[in-house]
Amino acid sequence: MQKITKNQLLDKAAELLDNGTVTAVLGWQKGEFDYDVTPALFENKEELFANFVWNDFCGANFSKYLIKHTRKVEGKILVFLKPCDTYSFNQLLTEHRFDREKVYAVGIPCEGMADIDKVKAIVGDGISSIDCGEKIKVTTIYADAAVEIDGKDVLEGRCESCKSKKHVAYDELLGEEGDVLDSNRFDEVARLEAMTPDERFAFWQNELSRCIRCNACRDVCPACTCEKCVFGNPKSGVENKSPANSFEEKMFHIIRAFHVAGRCTDCGECSRVCPQNIPLHLLNRKFIKDMNECYGEYQAGAEVGSRAPLVNYTTEDLEPGEVFDRRDTDA
Amino acid sequence: MMMEETLIPKIGVITDVRQDTPDIKTFRVVTPEGKKAFDHRPGQCAMLSIPGVGEAMFSITSSPTNTEFMEFSIKKCGCVTEWLHQAEVGQQITIRGPYGNPFPVDEVFAGHNMLFVAGGVGLAPLRSVINYCRHYRDRYGKIDIVYGSRSKDDLLDYKEIIDEWMTDAGVNVHLTIDREQEDWDGHVGFVPNYVKELNFDTENKIAVLCGPPIMIKFTLEGLKALGFKETQVYTTLELRMKCGVGKCGRCNVGSKYVCKDGPVFRLDQLDALPDEY
Amino acid sequence: MRKCSLDKLQSVFAAVNEKMPIYLPANGSDGKAVYTKWAEGVELSDSLNTVRSPKDFFFPQTENMMEFKTEGKTIEIIDVRDEKEDFVIFGVRACDVKSFEILDRVFLTDPVDSFYASRREHGIIVAMACTKPSETCFCQTFGIDATEPMGDVSAWKTDKEIFFKANTEKGEAFMKAIEALTEDADTKEVEAQKEATKKILKKLPLAELDTKAFGGGKTSEFFNHPAWAELSESCLGCGTCTFVCPTCQCYDIKDFNTGKGVIRFRCWDSCMYSDFTRMAHGNNRNSQKERFRQRFMHKLVYYPENNEGIFGCVGCGRCLSKCPISMNIVKVMKKIGGETK
Repeated sequence: MQKITKNQLLDKAAELLDNGTVTAVLGWQKGEFDYDVTPALFENKEELFANFVWNDFCGANFSKYLIKHTRKVEGKILVFLKPCDTYSFNQLLTEHRFDREKVYAVGIPCEGMADIDKVKAIVGDGISSIDCGEKIKVTTIYADAAVEIDGKDVLEGRCESCKSKKHVAYDELLGEEGDVLDSNRFDEVARLEAMTPDERFAFWQNELSRCIRCNACRDVCPACTCEKCVFGNPKSGVENKSPANSFEEKMFHIIRAFHVAGRCTDCGECSRVCPQNIPLHLLNRKFIKDMNECYGEYQAGAEVGSRAPLVNYTTEDLEPGEVFDRRDTDA
Repeated sequence: MMMEETLIPKIGVITDVRQDTPDIKTFRVVTPEGKKAFDHRPGQCAMLSIPGVGEAMFSITSSPTNTEFMEFSIKKCGCVTEWLHQAEVGQQITIRGPYGNPFPVDEVFAGHNMLFVAGGVGLAPLRSVINYCRHYRDRYGKIDIVYGSRSKDDLLDYKEIIDEWMTDAGVNVHLTIDREQEDWDGHVGFVPNYVKELNFDTENKIAVLCGPPIMIKFTLEGLKALGFKETQVYTTLELRMKCGVGKCGRCNVGSKYVCKDGPVFRLDQLDALPDEY
Repeated sequence: MRKCSLDKLQSVFAAVNEKMPIYLPANGSDGKAVYTKWAEGVELSDSLNTVRSPKDFFFPQTENMMEFKTEGKTIEIIDVRDEKEDFVIFGVRACDVKSFEILDRVFLTDPVDSFYASRREHGIIVAMACTKPSETCFCQTFGIDATEPMGDVSAWKTDKEIFFKANTEKGEAFMKAIEALTEDADTKEVEAQKEATKKILKKLPLAELDTKAFGGGKTSEFFNHPAWAELSESCLGCGTCTFVCPTCQCYDIKDFNTGKGVIRFRCWDSCMYSDFTRMAHGNNRNSQKERFRQRFMHKLVYYPENNEGIFGCVGCGRCLSKCPISMNIVKVMKKIGGETK
């Protein structure tokens, strides 16, 4: 499905390592199967050529890792950024979370990433190999012949409503630049808004009751970069362990959504990693939609240093009483 | 009839609070009926809690030979301890235990000369075993106690040390404080150096150490220099605990759980553990 | 051995449900299998396994242990434990059945955890043989036979029928409850299924993974292995692996003030969390590398050291499919075990 090839990325990485531009490469490392890719820091060419992978399962957004790695690594780090990753990259720079000078960002085009669960829904379990070419060719231990899948049929949920194929940050771009897309990403939010409060409550009750409080959503979130999260601090009284009752269960996610409101770039990592398939991104998208409607279009991370509407007072800001009026006229 | 459950505590009543040092208080605890909550062995611990505040593990500082009550010397350093420091006589708390592997006072220590080395609040776990040895005085040889703290005011159980320990036959107490101060004519200096200065012989002797990690580290070096073997030295570990019975999974060092297999470890046992304490 | 046709499965559930509640993997609103209390219309999922392991039944994510009422200086402790009733967990896979043994060795050793014990005593496990294992399965590594799943009752599902065999007294009770719906069966079809599955098991990509390098007494060999840094480098420090793991059993005890009193509850905890071992004056596992190492050392070295060589993993593969960064015990075993051979 991807237009850019692994070799193009490898050649670029090798070139930048060789000419001393960078000392390490933040990339994807192959796993046991062809889809279980792990983010990794490659510090030499041997490791890179042995283990680097680029295929339709390289969904991980590396922006947040830059906080940790730029503190640790001497010299510059090469990071490969897909279009949606560049928004997180900018947002983190806006928040002064890492030193831009320590990063060499290479923008790479992305045709959307594949969801292994969707692949399995088509081919079944027992995958023995996946070959990501123009089509995704899958073999399993249960069938003699490989199955060819069109990548568009197994896109990750977030990629189905991709907001941008355009990179908003890079030092160098590989492949062709794309455009900001007219996405349908708010359709699902609108569907929730159309529900009655009781229906909506029941919807979230059902979704959030599955939460196992693993904190994967928080820990992967590029907007969640507090050095010490309030939910991980025993003294806060709202520590990250588990809900004491069904009310608290919802509080964690709602508070988190509030906390990242205006800073969430809608990268979708939260929903991608949730082991319980909770559509957490919908909480964040609701905030984005509301802010767009109330304060005008704003995309977090579109540029470095922009002020999010919630932290930027203007005389144009609406009064509380005008909220519903303005939204009605816009809708 | 429900099974006995160790995680469900008993009620304890604080019947006495003693301000030992500026940041250490000693609490006397009995059941509402005025009895000792349970029997214990020297070095064992108990979980104390205040509902709504939390639960924490403390070493029982009173000797098992005291059949009336238990005492806990507690330094103010976290939620539970801060709350306890505000507690008054008559306050109820919860208590469960005893937990942990005690000092082998009868099995191993009996018949030996004893050297106790403590720093700061580290005297708390040793007080139990020291008083046990004093109680069964004839079972033990010569007893030396080296105890140091930051200042005279920071010496725990000072009155008991002066009035009781120092007056016992065959018990030698060597006190030291970190820096000189006006009303102190005793030894000044850190515990590890004092231990070296005192130049103890190792003959038929067991050394028991408790104190801050840095004190333990340097005292161990000193003891080794004096010729102590690893099998002659005992100490205690302290890690975060929740259940107290080796199930909640947080206080392990390698395959050993401090709450269950410790807190008392012989030095050679400790050396066999990975360096993660 | 008894059997019945699959058309009668709903009647089987209904018959059991007359006597006691029965829980089975059914597809939830997200299409993933989740243990669900049977009621009319609840269908057994075709999925290989549930996302959440069945450990919840004995060791729930959260459980109230006791309550306190405080007034002035006095405290009242209220024992909230109740007498449990028998229940059936239907369709447990062999790996998960084995996980109960691993949990038992923690919770049922002296002092027995009464919360766990009372549930365990009342739970009847109907285990289901696997026929279509996933590439993430490696139960064979731990000597588990997916075709002979044990439990109180072993069950085998073919295209048309389901076979049952009682293994314990509790299992006999289950068989009795469904007696009228089942008939005697020979073992021919079951044996044929087992043979077929065993051939598939041999073809699994992780079929060759072995535990030879690991076990009790290996602490010094692996503790300072240089690969821990690389393996843990991208670990997010979340608790996904821990919470989907059927054998992870660490817990926290916390108090919650309801305004009317204090509830002391226990909940799952994770050694991957930064505050797991933090004390007022320090933390003996300060970095994610140390916390990551603890989790795998526990399963591969510490647990076997304390439990006659039994490993703290059953190869269910949940962490393989759920870790956000796809780092897991298989990768650890291959990297660390492989290099020392």
